[in-house]
Amino acid sequence: MRETIAKVDKKDAKLALAHMIVAFTALFLGGICGLLQVLVRSGKMELPAGIGYYQLLTAHGVLLALILTTFFIIGFQFAGMSRTAGTLSDKTRLAGWIGFWTMTIGTAITTFYILTGEASVLYTFYAPLQAHVGFYIGLALVVVGSWIAGFAMFVHYAKWKKQHPGQNGPLLSFMIVVNMALWLIASLGVAATVLLQFIPWSLGWTENINVLVSRTLFWYFGHPLVYFWLLPAYMIWYVVIPKVIGGKIFSDSLARMSFILFLFFSVPVGFHHQLTEPGIDPFWKYIQVVLTLMVVIPSLMTAFSMFAMFERFGRSKGASSLFGWLRFLPWKDARFLVPFIGMIAFIPGGAGGIINASHQLNQVVHNTIWVTGHFHLTIATTVILTFFGAAYWLIPHLTGRTFTNQLNQLAIVQAVVWSIGMLIMSGAMHWAGLYGAPRRSSFSLYGNSSQAADWIPYQIAQAVGGTMLFLGILLVLYIVVQLLWFAPKGDEEFPIGETEEHAEKTPLFFDKWWLWIIIVVVLILLAYTIPFAHMIEQAPPGSPGYRNLC
Amino acid sequence: MHLHKYEKLWLAFGISSLVLFLVIVGVNAFVAGNQPPSSAKTVDPGAVEVTAPFDQPGLKKIGDNEYQLVVVTSAFSFDVGTQDKVVEIPKGATVHIVATTKDVVHGFEIAGTNANMMLEPGHISEATQVFRNEGEFTLLCNEYCGSGHHLMHAKIKVVDQS
Repeated sequence: MRETIAKVDKKDAKLALAHMIVAFTALFLGGICGLLQVLVRSGKMELPAGIGYYQLLTAHGVLLALILTTFFIIGFQFAGMSRTAGTLSDKTRLAGWIGFWTMTIGTAITTFYILTGEASVLYTFYAPLQAHVGFYIGLALVVVGSWIAGFAMFVHYAKWKKQHPGQNGPLLSFMIVVNMALWLIASLGVAATVLLQFIPWSLGWTENINVLVSRTLFWYFGHPLVYFWLLPAYMIWYVVIPKVIGGKIFSDSLARMSFILFLFFSVPVGFHHQLTEPGIDPFWKYIQVVLTLMVVIPSLMTAFSMFAMFERFGRSKGASSLFGWLRFLPWKDARFLVPFIGMIAFIPGGAGGIINASHQLNQVVHNTIWVTGHFHLTIATTVILTFFGAAYWLIPHLTGRTFTNQLNQLAIVQAVVWSIGMLIMSGAMHWAGLYGAPRRSSFSLYGNSSQAADWIPYQIAQAVGGTMLFLGILLVLYIVVQLLWFAPKGDEEFPIGETEEHAEKTPLFFDKWWLWIIIVVVLILLAYTIPFAHMIEQAPPGSPGYRNLC
Repeated sequence: MHLHKYEKLWLAFGISSLVLFLVIVGVNAFVAGNQPPSSAKTVDPGAVEVTAPFDQPGLKKIGDNEYQLVVVTSAFSFDVGTQDKVVEIPKGATVHIVATTKDVVHGFEIAGTNANMMLEPGHISEATQVFRNEGEFTLLCNEYCGSGHHLMHAKIKVVDQS
């Protein structure tokens, strides 16, 4: 039973595909860096040709955490907008292309300075380490380009609303607007520190930099950044997965509600990355810890919705025992299985996150490789596997090709390789972190310390897991290349779920954007005004730049 | 907005656990005084070496089985007041750590203990640690500080003097 398939407009498809190509190129380059890093840290290999470990680490972080994610998300969201709120207008699409090229040029500039060894400052670029100004300018362009894309999406949504008075915006479009609003509000912080602090300072226009202010502005952005990655995964879970399995969206209004809660509680939380820092009163750290953990609520709502949707589907197929419905889920469909593994990884991932954010407990794991293990579960498993699972229908939908059975098989193998590799790598990172092994450090014996010797077996395990993950990257790239250029022509569906027939009508108040933004701003002012004023009033003398990099 | 009965139960259970958790963390912080390192003191980062107590790094006895450990960091070393970068601490001693950096941001971590804090130029970081177990502990930098970051370390020897 094939219905006529709703297609994303060809010109919009081209825009989305351009983003995908940059995203997967970044995955390839960043993946090579990751492989070399785990090999170096096992102690069994040294880097050739004057390549620095920290140069690789900078490239790995920038290309995967910033470039892969941002390009994939914006590409996916343009496609999602076009699919659910109608074909983009020529002007909106043009804005999309301007955003794309601004981001791509920015990426090229930043990558160039990392490769020439003048920007080994890691993706967090903590002052007073100082990179070549080009590194910061490139990053600023990436952010500005993403803003242009964001505004294009807002305009498109507003146009739909105008044409459909008295109706709620389509669920996926609504979620996209929440995510871009979150991104805009959050990236003001990183834009402020880059434009007002780093660029003038690295050009020599200003001599000194206020280190604590720069870190605070970075983390004002840095934590919402992770929700900017996570929310598109949630979009896929809420909107796409129900259709893939043949079920219905559990509740449209709950989905919107959880997104609004994420908008509220994503931003005023950056101090939980700064819990062990001097110069911030512990009272304000605790306030932000409380706000941080509020995101547990929409996460619980999401978990409930997912499993309620799965169970209802299984029962509608005749399952009657307590867990019998599990049997009816399409385990052999990569479009379901791959994101599903991502969901499962979020259980330990989220639990680890609660540990990291909990005020005192943070001291046990802060800056140990436990943290690296944590975000390789959340971003590099939950989010990325969901994105891979989405790419398997999105790319062929956009290219007019099909995700064949054979590619589906390969995608399942890919997910299994990824899961085992990650279990080994992330597991070893978590354990070694509890024993004190630091993150972001090249191989070291620490003066033949017996503690450091105990970490080495875990580092070897990380190399084994990391190598498997690199194989996983090669597999996914093979599939993506097939879907882009070689798979058989055909119609692949862009699955969009529907709500249950008897579902209550979604109330209209969800589109009260100004109200949501006022609440976010109030929360931000509440959490940041007093401690931020202290940082400026009681600032010690600033710091000159240091370029002791490699 | 309608909530399913099970969803109400699930959220009620989840939110109450969360509140209980935050209360425990809060009581631990504000009543028991277990706050993360958050010193408000500052120092001129260009004049660390001539500012007390950083003009004399190392371990000082300040009371009965109570010590102050002053540490000055720079890329890529810990100055703990000794040539061989080893500090000997009697077992069971309470040590008040006072540390800062002369240049970039460093991390201060004594592996295997809860002493773990950031050192930022211009700011003084403080933590108190009781060394109950004998043995050798590695003091290392856990925040990237440049090309020699992983070579930055010192040693804490906890010795039984009784």
